[in-house]
Amino acid sequence: SSAAMAALRGRAVLAPLGARLRAGPRAPLRSAASAPPLYDVVVSGGGMVGSAMAAVLGHDIHFHDKKIALLEAGPRKEYDHMPDSYSNRVSSISPGSATLLSSCGAWDHVCSLRLKPFRRMQVWDACSEAMIVFEKDDLDDMGYIVENDVIMSALTKQLDAVADRVEVFYRSRAVGYTWPLPSRSCDTSPWVQVELADGRRLQTKLLIGADGHNSVVRKEAEIQNIEHQYDQSAVVATLHLSEATDNNVAWQRFLPTGPIALLPLSDTASSLVWSTSHDHASELLAMDEESFVDSINSAFWSNINHSDFIDTAGAMFRSAISLLKPSGTAVRQLPPSVAKVDPESRAMFPLGMGHATEYVRHRVALIGDAAHRVHPLAGQGVNLGFGDIACLAHHLSAAAFNGSDLGSLKHLLKFETERQRHNVSLIAATDVLKRLYSTTLAPLVLLRTWGLQATNALPPIKVRI
Amino acid sequence: QLSLFRFTVKRPFSTSHSSVDSEEMKKFQLLAHKWWDEEGEYAALHSMNDIRVPFIRDTLLSLSSNYHPGNPLSGIKILDVGCGGGLLSEPLGRLGASVTGIDPVEDNIRTADQHKSFDPVLAKRIQYKSSSLEEIVEESMETFDVIVASEVVEHVADLETFIKCCSQVLKPEGSLFITTINKTQLSYVLGIVVAEKIMGIVPEGTHEWEKFVPPEELERLLEANGFSVRTVNGMLYNPLSGSWGWMESTSLNYAVHAVKSGARAWSHTTDAPSETDVQQRSATAGT
Repeated sequence: SSAAMAALRGRAVLAPLGARLRAGPRAPLRSAASAPPLYDVVVSGGGMVGSAMAAVLGHDIHFHDKKIALLEAGPRKEYDHMPDSYSNRVSSISPGSATLLSSCGAWDHVCSLRLKPFRRMQVWDACSEAMIVFEKDDLDDMGYIVENDVIMSALTKQLDAVADRVEVFYRSRAVGYTWPLPSRSCDTSPWVQVELADGRRLQTKLLIGADGHNSVVRKEAEIQNIEHQYDQSAVVATLHLSEATDNNVAWQRFLPTGPIALLPLSDTASSLVWSTSHDHASELLAMDEESFVDSINSAFWSNINHSDFIDTAGAMFRSAISLLKPSGTAVRQLPPSVAKVDPESRAMFPLGMGHATEYVRHRVALIGDAAHRVHPLAGQGVNLGFGDIACLAHHLSAAAFNGSDLGSLKHLLKFETERQRHNVSLIAATDVLKRLYSTTLAPLVLLRTWGLQATNALPPIKVRI
Repeated sequence: QLSLFRFTVKRPFSTSHSSVDSEEMKKFQLLAHKWWDEEGEYAALHSMNDIRVPFIRDTLLSLSSNYHPGNPLSGIKILDVGCGGGLLSEPLGRLGASVTGIDPVEDNIRTADQHKSFDPVLAKRIQYKSSSLEEIVEESMETFDVIVASEVVEHVADLETFIKCCSQVLKPEGSLFITTINKTQLSYVLGIVVAEKIMGIVPEGTHEWEKFVPPEELERLLEANGFSVRTVNGMLYNPLSGSWGWMESTSLNYAVHAVKSGARAWSHTTDAPSETDVQQRSATAGT
């Protein structure tokens, strides 16, 4: 009869909970004397997303008396001064992410170091004239190009500012996690046990996995991950422009081999992110600097992939739009040309897509690349992670102010629902775009040409993007 | 079974002035180990924390001028009467209060003690005692800043005695928070028939409609025993979402906030002006 009761309880939404509460090895018996130190929150992974998570919680008023630990496998990096040359790892930071970094005081540091706001994004096709321009009507910044090192420097400063609440463990890789049983009836610890490489142990009421796309937390929690390796690597480099310009436009052109993007760093420098096949990427890295620069300029300027058919069809469509909507085609700007590349700045890394089927378990939450990994073509990667932080911190802050158990699935599930709803559509769209633009087949090119032109002409869709 | 036997031998509970009902105790005895299963028999009580903790917290914050970030209830001594497995004591402890939780069922206290033991902060802030309210009156006169009696008064044998005892252990101008169930046709249909027999939201037999307390009667008893009733709010449980919310009508569940008058408990004078707006009823002064 209790099974019947359960069925009638109308709590079908909670049925999957049963599976979530079952997890790996049981927590060991511990006497109070030998118990490892207990933290309210442990964040595993000290990259941009993990550090920002710890900093945001550390600056939250309702976490004033809580104990937070951040585990980072690498050493502490000193960022006393920025080198004159730009780092080749940069991120496009959205205004929403800037707001989050502001909330923990880090954005001020970023602004005082260096960043480049951009007002406009021009995205176009190598196989046709179709293009789409994004810009804000109110002349606000669309986003900012910031070196990852600058963000890390700012976050490290803000972590130092709350050192009484947030303890950062450098050179501390977590090698094992032990999960508690959901409802205890015996003397096992209810907390998550964390074992570090040097044998030290910690306990925590909530473990946040921010340990990247090969997340150990996700694997140990046995959360299924849908993943797919693209046949592509991204080549990054720091470039110097032929002539100084009001460099406030982000450029991206979809080549058949993959998108090439030029992100402004200053009036004379830009950062390259070129996604292409593994072989081509290796070639680009191996060739001499002059040939490398020629390849880049050719990629942006050459019309070799145009076909008359597509060009005519595109032109027809464009005239049709301008009849219906006179302002529907924007002015095409010309991308800058590149003069040289910073000698040591060329690097490559493989690309893939990934999405965890669950973001949370009892006492565990995944954020950033540990939860989702996207193609850089949308410039969204780290912004999704910062969005995760804003959402999770909001729910944890409310839970702390209610005196709730921080590891309780009740509020963790709210975080998961909100973020999955947001992330899944964006990741799927990015994946579709990547596949759509990886071809020269006329029908698909025509489709995306018209689609891009139509999207460019229709404000409502553009605004949503 | 053994512990129940031990309990009956150690503590005689059927005194004529006791507010503890022996039949009620037996019901809770059987479910003592289920308290902390958030999706089990006590799920509705767990989710009630989402409204009763903010209610208590915000009321107390509005009454005091100190604010300790991270510990909004710091420095406040709370008595949680009928604390069960400690479902409400723990959040209040996490918010900084010093909590004493009492419950006549020893197994409940054992469960509560065990659950808090793994958190050193809670273990220090919360003390549990297997006891009825009357048994602690002697040693706890005017000791507590706040008394919380949530989902309790519908189980006590003698409500007026219960309220008098609350008054005795509460400091002058201290706060009393009660949540309970109204005695209406609606509460019979929804609270007993649907909640217990059909949907199993509450374990069957938990409540007896006869003992439900209408808010008018509760208010009358409170005012007659030195309390000023400040707030009465209706509460509603949504079984589909498993969550509680506030509502205007008190025909089902409701919450009450009352404040003990500022005059000293054993004074018989009625002319002393109190610092609060509470009217002193001369007939019932000096309980």
